[in-house]
Amino acid sequence: MGNENSTDFNHLFQDHQAATRPESLTLEDGARVAVMGGGPAGSLFGYFLLDQAERIGLSLQLDIYEPRDFSLTGPPGCNMCAGIVSESLIQMLAVDGINLPPTVVQRGMDSYMLHNIAGQVRLDTPYLEKRIGAVFRGAGPRGMIESEWISFDGFLLDRAVQKGANLIRKRVDGVERVDGYIQLKTRGDQVHTYDFLAVATGVNTSALRLFQPLENSFQPPRLAQTFVREYYLGRETVESTFGHTIHFFMLDVEGLDFAALVPKGDYVTICVLGKALTQERFETLLDRPAMRSCMPPGWDPREFVCHCSPRINFTGAVHPYADRMVFLGDSGISRLYKDGLGAAYRAAKAASTAVIFSGIGEADLERYFGRASRRMENDNVIGKIIFTLVDLFVKPWGVTARATLRMVASEQSKPPGQRWMSEIIWDIFTGSAPYRDVFWRMLNPSFWSRLLWYMGISLVRRA
Amino acid sequence: MDNNALGRIYTAGEVIFRQGELGDRMYVIQEGKVEIVLEQGGKEIVIAVRAPGDFFGEMALFEREVRMATARALGPARLLSVDQKNLLRRVHEDPSLAVRIIQAMSQRIRNLSGEVARLENWLVELGMSQHRESKG
Repeated sequence: MGNENSTDFNHLFQDHQAATRPESLTLEDGARVAVMGGGPAGSLFGYFLLDQAERIGLSLQLDIYEPRDFSLTGPPGCNMCAGIVSESLIQMLAVDGINLPPTVVQRGMDSYMLHNIAGQVRLDTPYLEKRIGAVFRGAGPRGMIESEWISFDGFLLDRAVQKGANLIRKRVDGVERVDGYIQLKTRGDQVHTYDFLAVATGVNTSALRLFQPLENSFQPPRLAQTFVREYYLGRETVESTFGHTIHFFMLDVEGLDFAALVPKGDYVTICVLGKALTQERFETLLDRPAMRSCMPPGWDPREFVCHCSPRINFTGAVHPYADRMVFLGDSGISRLYKDGLGAAYRAAKAASTAVIFSGIGEADLERYFGRASRRMENDNVIGKIIFTLVDLFVKPWGVTARATLRMVASEQSKPPGQRWMSEIIWDIFTGSAPYRDVFWRMLNPSFWSRLLWYMGISLVRRA
Repeated sequence: MDNNALGRIYTAGEVIFRQGELGDRMYVIQEGKVEIVLEQGGKEIVIAVRAPGDFFGEMALFEREVRMATARALGPARLLSVDQKNLLRRVHEDPSLAVRIIQAMSQRIRNLSGEVARLENWLVELGMSQHRESKG
């Protein structure tokens, strides 16, 4: 107890020292802030920064550099991902006053269907409410003629602009430090000087290379491959085939970590993730009976309307902050294999809070943003342990796969708190809880006693 | 209302939660309106009407008390619920998340203070007029 108190006092003392030391950098009235990238991390950072500045009466000029137009269909207007807005992010955005309208959410989801080598089982959202959103990051897949939908990224960018951000539709070609300040160069050698820069370019551009000569301690994230395809099925077929269910696949395909089928409006998106995924393995997965059984009769895996192979973070960036600079979203630290949009929200919020209430020097950013980033990165380490355990003991073994399905099915009539396996799987897929919490629940003797019971049943009864 | 949209759709007059129930979540209105009704002595008193973007039921997140009023959909309404456990965990990591809830609660205290002052004034005036009548 005494130690905890002294630690608290040490924190307070260190925070006070940092806040009052003369060299602490802070944003003054009229300061200029730039954001590179108008995806969710950049837009949310801009939105929260202006919101928090307004609360304390600080006037800022904020420019968001985003060359893409999110109202375009196909790759030119798209940030390339499965487009799932997690349960926890939808709730937190609503509390922050950002409610996603039906024009942005293609389809609200009320359940997940888990597929493994032994079969499938359904998991419902709490209270049978549609709490997970399927969205398009751009206006829709290639070839869509009339889009009634608004892009998720475009919606968030509009919110930042409504809050007072200035949108500059230019690509940044150069970054320099001059007298401590940040200078950005755009096409035509136009130079703009800023007090602070947030980098939210993602990892699927070459923009992060601009920072390698500039920030010695920053190292970009290590990446994993994904494959994303959109299939046109028509609204009625999507409704009758999928309803409001996202399908998740944990199959024993080499290089595959997991795959998802996400229904949206007239389309279904297939997204596949894995450290050692290749085109050939991706095609193998599409031909698996588990995948084919979810799609309508006559579905041809080759008849897709749009596809991409974006990279996602497998590890976070090293030291994603420096004096007057922070790296957000996929450019910095994201959550392993889940809830990338939720991770962008967390990083944006942590960075804006640090900038407004702590300062813009490296030590100031460390105190709030650095801690939040490390918390996310440490949680990812536990996530990797969980995925390794799943790879070793659940994916390839019929007994554990059958026991998992049996246990989930039997838990559906039980009240929350007694659904051991269901809640673990739900939280791994949705990102509703940190991997740390999931791991602790996996160590609980009650979980193990039930799992062993169902493994015993699965050994006796194979069907 | 769009059945594909987020949240759950409540029909006109459908009860969202009842006075006296234990609560473990609050609600954010996505579409429609909700009335908050106090049941007292067999009578119903509408104490507030909430509109899109508003939240209600937030007292259950911070107190271990039963619901102090009933919430009922005033026409079709689409609501998103926010779990106590999720929200409090996030508030622990990011205290700024609670600011909008505090702002709304502060606004409601301000409105209630105005109501109390208005009622007190009305009671004083009522008492004075009764006093004058009894004297007259």
